[in-house]
Amino acid sequence: MEMTGGQILMQALVDEAVDVIFGFPGGAVIEVYDELVKTDIEHILVRHEQGAVHAADGYARASGKVGVCLVTSGPGATNTVTGIASAHSDSIPLVVITGQVPTQLIGNDAFQEVDIVGITRPCTKHNYLINDVADIGKVIREAFYLARTGRPGPVLVDIPKNLVSAKTKYKPVTQVHMKSYNPTYSPNMKQLKKVAKLVKEARKPVIFAGGGIILSGASEVLTAFARKTHIPVTASLMGLGGFPGSDPLWLGMIGMHGTYRANMSASFCDLMIGIGVRFDDRVTGKTDAFAEQAEIVHIDIDPTSIRKNIAVNIPIVGDCKQSLASLNELVADQDSDTLLNRKKEWLDQIDEWKKTNPLAYDQKDIIKPQFVVEKLFELTKGEAIVTTEVGQNQMWAAQYYHFDRPNNFITSGGLGCMGFGLPAAIGAQIAKPDRTVVDIAGDGSIQMNIQEMATAVQYKLPVKIVILNNGFLGMVRQWQELFYGKRYAATCMDCAPDFVKLAEAYGAVGLRAKKPTEVEQVLSEGLATPGPVIMDFAVEPEEGVYPMVPAGAPITEMLLV
Amino acid sequence: MNAEKHILTMLVDNQPGVLSRVVGLFSGRGYNIESLCVAPTIDPLVSRITLVTNANLPAIEQIEKQLRKLINVIKLRDLSGKEAVRREMALICVKAKPENRAEILRIVDIFRCKVVDIGLEHYIIEVSGDMDKLDALINLLKPMGIKKIARTGAVALFREPN
Repeated sequence: MEMTGGQILMQALVDEAVDVIFGFPGGAVIEVYDELVKTDIEHILVRHEQGAVHAADGYARASGKVGVCLVTSGPGATNTVTGIASAHSDSIPLVVITGQVPTQLIGNDAFQEVDIVGITRPCTKHNYLINDVADIGKVIREAFYLARTGRPGPVLVDIPKNLVSAKTKYKPVTQVHMKSYNPTYSPNMKQLKKVAKLVKEARKPVIFAGGGIILSGASEVLTAFARKTHIPVTASLMGLGGFPGSDPLWLGMIGMHGTYRANMSASFCDLMIGIGVRFDDRVTGKTDAFAEQAEIVHIDIDPTSIRKNIAVNIPIVGDCKQSLASLNELVADQDSDTLLNRKKEWLDQIDEWKKTNPLAYDQKDIIKPQFVVEKLFELTKGEAIVTTEVGQNQMWAAQYYHFDRPNNFITSGGLGCMGFGLPAAIGAQIAKPDRTVVDIAGDGSIQMNIQEMATAVQYKLPVKIVILNNGFLGMVRQWQELFYGKRYAATCMDCAPDFVKLAEAYGAVGLRAKKPTEVEQVLSEGLATPGPVIMDFAVEPEEGVYPMVPAGAPITEMLLV
Repeated sequence: MNAEKHILTMLVDNQPGVLSRVVGLFSGRGYNIESLCVAPTIDPLVSRITLVTNANLPAIEQIEKQLRKLINVIKLRDLSGKEAVRREMALICVKAKPENRAEILRIVDIFRCKVVDIGLEHYIIEVSGDMDKLDALINLLKPMGIKKIARTGAVALFREPN
């Protein structure tokens, strides 16, 4: 059957069960949009292409599916780069379709032409420039396959405008075969047996879980493994929710703003089992001092993650879920009580650390940002999907909202991309229409993609935005306070919009709390109000995120308040 | 840890942009490329890239893993060990004053290379061999004055087991 490139593209998307696309039209994709409206695929019109990618990212994380974006050539394509880089850092499966100028104009510096494949080469898992209409079906299939398998990631497909209307005989592509791409899912059993032996012998073990737990759906097997072996669990920012935050074995987050007991446990353990992590510098601090007394086991599906940042004793390439399931079988015959007895002193020590240095703040007559997050946690019973912007708001969300389940915490972890939270909340809300979705934001970062308020209003998405408004770019200010002699260079945002009026201008609801006594009231009202709501909390301007490990120091060297 | 020379050979998809992925990986991650050689294989869909880099042990492990991770890299091998044949070719344009001409030809003879172009004041010499041989020849020709040089960079093949 003869079909146009546009029709083949739509067929391929339908075959991939795509039900929503986040996008923004333009000259090079008019024909694509003309085909898109003939399908059942829902299109969410964002207000900026960066928002489209973050929304697709939030959608992917909340739904577990591949997020899809559609944008035009040139500026449309370049505006996606930040979002793509963020998804790449966090291993989020996306397919980003960009329009390109017609084939015969490529290389001519045509209107709205950029080499987006060249630009995004280092920040995509893979990318394609399609040269022949007959390749569209195959490339789209490959793109989805690459995006969601192995270590997931964003894949960009650049389609020249003339190919969309060009015709070819359509041959459905049912199976993807790529000779040079075979991710390793099954772990090496010999290596795993060594781990099981270490687990039996260890007196001071720690599990360090990362985003890989969430991406591979390994939360349940991880929880079973930790409970059976009585090994306490810490997690990176990306791993939050991979292990229940309410479990007695939970240590809290590790790293620069990790809890005291998590950082101490990681530093003094005799066995560290890192699963689905990449030992990022924000986690390890000074690498030489990291877990220096421990045998380190590192399980990850991406071989490049292993031995990139730290030396490990037992490297295992494999899927987190499969590896943990196999480990559970290997430790099945170990006696749970014996394992517990062996660790008694260690667990007591951790309890002691927890008692002496818990996460804490003083609630005075001015609103503390931590208090807002704690109240939000209480009022949503810990069941909201939380997205964040980046900076202090993100760290307070990570510290004070205790996630019991995976896929509920959506944050730009690796890239640390301000402006992420609102569009990601929009994507998450579309994936989970019945859930409460809250963006925990700062007054600085919310302004980076505030235009997406219009998207939320247009599609009647009831996202709730909690602005911890301190009038500063707070995290940088905190560094300036601690390490740069309190010289607040360019971090004071003393001209901010009135967020309540701004919400109203967008057709949403705006609420404000100025005193601690108003916090609960505003949160309750905001959460109960239908449609998008901005809640503006005037918080302590110079509150800091603690504990804090100075960059490059060992993670035992924590500034506590 | 000391940096050592490694010669990597890889089969890659013969497509536009593939070389750029390989080279971009080196520049983006701060690794160095000493020489690079690319050409199609017998299978027109596949090219062979031979690349020489200087790196210490952890870095070369990372480089190899990162290269293998590229979707278009089909196969990669480190041919730094003895079980490989390594060769490089160069064209060397050397000044050939009358008093040096005989000496240059003698050197060419000893090194079993060829003179491929002769002018009133120059020879162009074609030489192939392992990198040490090329370096030795270049050292001997330097006093006569090397006007131009074009080296291909190393190529290498694994020796088939008998």
